[in-house]
Amino acid sequence: MNSAALIIIAIVTLAAALAAATLRKLMHAALSFAVALVGIAAFFFLLGAEFVGLALVFIYIGAVAVLIVFTILLTRRDVGEGRGFNWGGAIIAVAVFGGLTWSILKTQSLAIVAPRMPALTVKQIGVALMTTYVWPLQCVGLLLTAALIGALILVMEEKR
Amino acid sequence: MTPNLQVFLIVSAALFSIGLLAALSRRHAIFILIGIEMMLAAANLNFIAFWRFAPQPKPPLGVMIAIFSIAIAAAEAAVGLAMVIAVYRHYRTTNVDQLDQLKG
Repeated sequence: MNSAALIIIAIVTLAAALAAATLRKLMHAALSFAVALVGIAAFFFLLGAEFVGLALVFIYIGAVAVLIVFTILLTRRDVGEGRGFNWGGAIIAVAVFGGLTWSILKTQSLAIVAPRMPALTVKQIGVALMTTYVWPLQCVGLLLTAALIGALILVMEEKR
Repeated sequence: MTPNLQVFLIVSAALFSIGLLAALSRRHAIFILIGIEMMLAAANLNFIAFWRFAPQPKPPLGVMIAIFSIAIAAAEAAVGLAMVIAVYRHYRTTNVDQLDQLKG
């Protein structure tokens, strides 16, 4: 793990996330959200979880970000945000960040460096998915099927 | 200097707070969904960081939790965006302040 790479990735990720949270134009915010997700995937690569990083890129940027863009285009008619920024939310967010940072820095047992670990291969993940985690895998498959059918039924045209 | 666990946790906390900011301060339903997705991604980052920095890491455990969490987040995004489209068809708006028909 390289600290220069870590700092650059952290700055890019947090700047893109902040842009996604504050930009006026919906489309710009959605694209900054995609950039922030690339940054999170880079964090996963840095932490030695390459498979999860790739899955994040495929699922979030390939599917969820595109879905968000499609929804923005389908609900284009009202682009006005209306009234200005809501400062209550900003105060709550800053308070949560302050509390979390204070407690993280206060906890001495978290000041550890990563132990050496053999690289995790995709084969190991596949074997674990098919043996130890086979029931959770089936449940997630069922959940995804039900959620996608439910989403289809929600957006189907109503016949009157 | 090698980065320790606290750096990753603080980045994750910042990401969570930005997601919270987006979910609380915006009035557009899609922005609120983006904020929720960002909070879920921050939680995933925490899972992976704790797994990587554990004294005796169990090889696939944290990765499995993150994969299942990503799958559930994808299902949530699909249903949430479908609901945004359904609400837009009925009310011609996606501003959550104007969706107050059930308000007493």
